[in-house]
Amino acid sequence: MALQIVDGCVNCWACEPLCPSKAIYAALPHFLIDAKKCTECDGDYADKQCASICPVEQVIVDSQGAALNPPGSLTGIPPERWERVRAEIQAR
Amino acid sequence: MELTVLGQSQTTAPDAGGCASSGCGSNDDQLNHLPEHIRAKVHNHPCYSEEAHHHYARMHVAVAPACNIQCHYCNRKYDCSNESRPGVVSELLTPDQAVKKVMTVAANIPQMTVLGIAGPGDPLANPERTFDTFRQLTEKAPDIKLCVSTNGLALPELVDELCKHNIDHVTMTINCVDPDIGAQIYPWIFWKNRRVYGRKGAEILIKQQQKGLQMLVDRGILVKVNSVMIPGVNDKHLEEVSKAVKAKGAFLHNVMPLIAEAEHGTFYGVMGQRGPTHDELQELQDACSGDMNMMRHCRQCRADAVGMLGEDRGDEFTLDKIEAVDVDYAAAMVKRAEVHAAIEATLAAKQQKKNETFISLSSLSIPKKESRPVLMAIATSGGGIINQHFGHAREFLIYEANAHDVRFISHRKTDLYCSGDDTCGDGESVLQKTINALKGCEVVLCSKIGYEPWGMLEEAGIIPNGEHALEAIEDAVAAVYKEMGEKGLLDKKPETQQRATA
Repeated sequence: MALQIVDGCVNCWACEPLCPSKAIYAALPHFLIDAKKCTECDGDYADKQCASICPVEQVIVDSQGAALNPPGSLTGIPPERWERVRAEIQAR
Repeated sequence: MELTVLGQSQTTAPDAGGCASSGCGSNDDQLNHLPEHIRAKVHNHPCYSEEAHHHYARMHVAVAPACNIQCHYCNRKYDCSNESRPGVVSELLTPDQAVKKVMTVAANIPQMTVLGIAGPGDPLANPERTFDTFRQLTEKAPDIKLCVSTNGLALPELVDELCKHNIDHVTMTINCVDPDIGAQIYPWIFWKNRRVYGRKGAEILIKQQQKGLQMLVDRGILVKVNSVMIPGVNDKHLEEVSKAVKAKGAFLHNVMPLIAEAEHGTFYGVMGQRGPTHDELQELQDACSGDMNMMRHCRQCRADAVGMLGEDRGDEFTLDKIEAVDVDYAAAMVKRAEVHAAIEATLAAKQQKKNETFISLSSLSIPKKESRPVLMAIATSGGGIINQHFGHAREFLIYEANAHDVRFISHRKTDLYCSGDDTCGDGESVLQKTINALKGCEVVLCSKIGYEPWGMLEEAGIIPNGEHALEAIEDAVAAVYKEMGEKGLLDKKPETQQRATA
């Protein structure tokens, strides 16, 4: 059981200090999670810390490859509503 | 009746709405009314004093990349060399690298007085990096003031640690005091190890900001509040924000225009949220001003900016360039003290002169009392004087002259259209952009101007003027306004000119 950081990470450092297992490390082209160390925060926090502060959708994925922050989850706009919201914002 | 040339007529102007009659930002006249211990804190801080920004420099070090909130006008992709806006940097520094850079810059730019940490994330979401930098600088560069800007979420728990350092000023970004509006600006915050979304997150953020503001004021720290003006979101609300932060004791309010281009990749940029027009911004700044200082000289600089406000010398101090430099900081401190003393002497002389510069309005006969205000654009590279070639200006300072005084309004950025004899390929189109940026201005004052732009400016209804090169800006603006009055140009608005709308 380990989370992964995938392409799209912008190297913002937000997750690194929060990891209770010190599993996250700076690397290029993007930060990585040491699978041997990652506990998915079990026993430490209710929420997976890296995924709870990551500002980019779909960049932190579980062992099945499912995004912990799926599209729309961080902007607050479900993908099917994007066009409508865009029109509302442009009318301002 | 007397015409005060340099904005000393707070009490005499009949229609003194907001700061209409006084200079804006905390100019030196306003500073004169402050208690001595506060004056000492702001007189050489380029962001806190409009006058100081002509003479003193600042720098930011990018040691704080992480953030604990998301703002719709920001994305966390901070690496860019060409954009000048908050949150953008070219290279991230460790605290040790930052300290080296500060000492190198302070030795090379003796006008530097302030070191700020402004991200690219939230400095207080990176407390170890931020405080490590402050700790070292307090010890190694005691003549440099430290400054920090924050979204305020983590401020209450860190305020005591913050106050241990050589810090007089803190900038807080406060865009709202209403969580419903906050929910349209902040999609989420990270709070107590969880992500908190929408209104609930905004509510926590606002509560922390107000608490943190109060704690800073109680500890005698000067607080500048930055607010991003977002049309259709918080534009109507910012007056209330201004009142709220003023009631808590904030020193200065800086209402900044939203920057949101699609290519920046921010949520607002991508979704097509527009920024405010020059007029909308100015109107709001006037409405917010009341008797609180409004900042109007903000350049919304990068999180790794170096130099005077409006210029960026970051390229001279990249990591590879400073690595080999050996700084004799003791010698640099002596030199810095001399340079600062010279600046203070210049300012004192200017103040002295100003107190003597009264022009009898009746002796001028014109302009008449009811003559209209005129916007003028100034090309300057600092020092408070007109000293830049029109074609070399990357930005213009906008001043307004009326029958009573001269006041600073804002600055407008423009593309450099002429960078030398051999690179004038698409000069004309960029020149057109510059002229568009000056919309609403009737005069441009610069040290020199070429034949071609001269003609184009005239065609656009803007009078180019190079006759006041190397003169003090306010004096020159007052003199030109007087001339315009004598020529009868103030009786009605020229047909070709409208108020700026873009």
